[in-house]
Amino acid sequence: MIRTPLRPLARVLDARSRGENPDAIERENIRLRHEEMSDRARRRAEGRLLVLAVMFFCAFGVIGGRMAVLARTEPAEPRTSLAGADIFAQRADIVDREGRILATNFDTYSLYAQPQMMVDPATAVEKLVAIFPDLDRKRLLNNFTGTRKFLWIKRKMSPEQQQAVHDIGEPGLLFGPREMRLYPNGRLAAHVLGGAGFGREGVHAAEVVGVAGIEKFYDERLRDPARSNEPLVLSLDLSVQAAMERVLLGGMKIMNAKGAAGILMEVRTGEVLAVASLPDFDPNDRPALPVTGRPDDSPLFNRAVQGVYELGSTFKVFAVAQALDLGLVTPDTIINTKTPMTWGKFRIHDFRNYGPEQTVTNVIVKSSNVGTARIAMEIGGVRQRSFLEKLGFMEQSPLEITEAAGSKPLVPAKWSELSTMTISYGHGLSISPMHLAAAYATLVNGGRRVTPTLVHDRSHGPGDRVISEQTSAAMRKMLREVVSHGTASLGEVPGYAVGGKTGTADKPRINGKGYEKEKVLSTFASIFPSYDPKYVLVVSLDEPVETSGDEPRRTAGWTAVPVGAEIIRRVAPLLGLRPEIEPGELAVITQASN
Amino acid sequence: MRSLMFAMTTLMVIGLAFWAYRENYRTQEAQTRAERLQVEIGEARQRLRVLNAEWAYLNRPDRLMDLVEINFDRLGLLPLQPHQFGRIDQVAYPAPLLPITNSVDVSNLEQLP
Repeated sequence: MIRTPLRPLARVLDARSRGENPDAIERENIRLRHEEMSDRARRRAEGRLLVLAVMFFCAFGVIGGRMAVLARTEPAEPRTSLAGADIFAQRADIVDREGRILATNFDTYSLYAQPQMMVDPATAVEKLVAIFPDLDRKRLLNNFTGTRKFLWIKRKMSPEQQQAVHDIGEPGLLFGPREMRLYPNGRLAAHVLGGAGFGREGVHAAEVVGVAGIEKFYDERLRDPARSNEPLVLSLDLSVQAAMERVLLGGMKIMNAKGAAGILMEVRTGEVLAVASLPDFDPNDRPALPVTGRPDDSPLFNRAVQGVYELGSTFKVFAVAQALDLGLVTPDTIINTKTPMTWGKFRIHDFRNYGPEQTVTNVIVKSSNVGTARIAMEIGGVRQRSFLEKLGFMEQSPLEITEAAGSKPLVPAKWSELSTMTISYGHGLSISPMHLAAAYATLVNGGRRVTPTLVHDRSHGPGDRVISEQTSAAMRKMLREVVSHGTASLGEVPGYAVGGKTGTADKPRINGKGYEKEKVLSTFASIFPSYDPKYVLVVSLDEPVETSGDEPRRTAGWTAVPVGAEIIRRVAPLLGLRPEIEPGELAVITQASN
Repeated sequence: MRSLMFAMTTLMVIGLAFWAYRENYRTQEAQTRAERLQVEIGEARQRLRVLNAEWAYLNRPDRLMDLVEINFDRLGLLPLQPHQFGRIDQVAYPAPLLPITNSVDVSNLEQLP
């Protein structure tokens, strides 16, 4: 490029000759050169902007085009990924601690009708009623010939029934696939499992939702697709549960009781190995909620968890344990047990007269109301209440079934001195047998608070300390003596050193005024083996009468205790406990150095 | 030289096209196979579920108890009792397999002084 000189000699000379300022020529040239330079720079900038615009346009075009493609394509599963292969059930199985199935899913079909597609509704109705006798012939015919476009006929049916319906050959009868919940063990652990029903329903699928028990409590977790092939492992043991239900049913019949409850719990972890409530039901065909009669007479009622009762003398151990722990008494302290004991206008009686005074151990062994009431008075209401609160008696049971929400204990509104005395021997405070089992486990396991649970999980840490190790040891010894020579002598099972406490509580009248004379709730809370407790068993019979003797006997020692002993005899070998000779009282060894 | 290069390039394009075509079909075949296997796995799992349910149903304690009662004459099964636990020292040593005949009394071989 030829640069124009800023001061061309010809023009300068020319300007000089005309007497003009030659500098003007230079300035003019500089101006022209700058104009040219700025033109060039603008053109380049414009070019760059254009390139940028084109690039942005292309980028947005690509994104927009991709979005349009995505929006218009049919959704398709990735053909090569393996992610879908893991999900194979709508709802996770429930298994016991050994992995035996308690609840699983089963594929079946539902039957629905589209009447406008029907060829011969009358014949179809006849044939359907022949297959399903529970259908209402007239209503079905009305539905088929009326204006309805769609109706469900059966929620679920067996393959044989499906084939039979198929053979009718009616185009208006259609099948929809269903996944149903199956409880292969029938009535076993019915109250724990609860049951399941259909939630939102469509033609091609239906939600299976838990309606009660652990199915409802863990509904979210069981339906979680990410964990659907990971079964929920319960702490129950199928064979132990079956044995317990069988013995309990036999015991309930022999003792002429109208209901029974049993709980077997691990002492250290609070895991429930078996829990039964009779009468029971089949969760595959859960009965409807009762509309008449008392709700606790329904088989749906869970006596072990939902039922709160005054559990009688089984409470005495709590007063004694607290007194021992506070250092108010020792097992050999003499307590005044003169009966009746008068307090204001109330009188507290013992079942029979146990003499004017007894040791603390004998108060428990002979089950003296008066002795326990006196011990409770030494403790005082405030301390008693906070101790029972530490045992979990003021709140509902934390067990993982929905019914546990109904187990809120009935606590007196005003904790008077009289309440303190009556509660010490188990009247005036109503709790569920599950509360009692957890509290007994706490007393004998070394004094650590136990939380009852139905989920098998080995990561239970030790709970808060409620009583000291020494008190716990003393309680174990006392409970053993109740069985070896006390009110629960029928509870002896050779080789298992059973310890326990009986409780016979008069049932409160339905109208709430006073107590029934002839109706009792008898309870046996036991531990075995008592020198190193592994399990707590609580057996409770509702209105039992034992009629083998001359006069009917209702006390727990004659009713609940033999049933409990039989359960231990049957269940302990299943748990792998081998019978052992009880370690005797150790000779006093004096440690001496030198 | 140039024509040879053209010919080579053309052949290479044809070869690569053939290879891509074959790979495409092989991929599709593999995908179809994978899908079929997925379906088979699903069906097998469903069958397994049904069989598991049936196994649990057939082994339910009620039914086993009934079977035990029906077959009591032949099997004589009773609930496990505490006394059935044994200890290892209650088990007798097995009898020697071969009875020893023509034994030699070694104690008499020693000449007593």
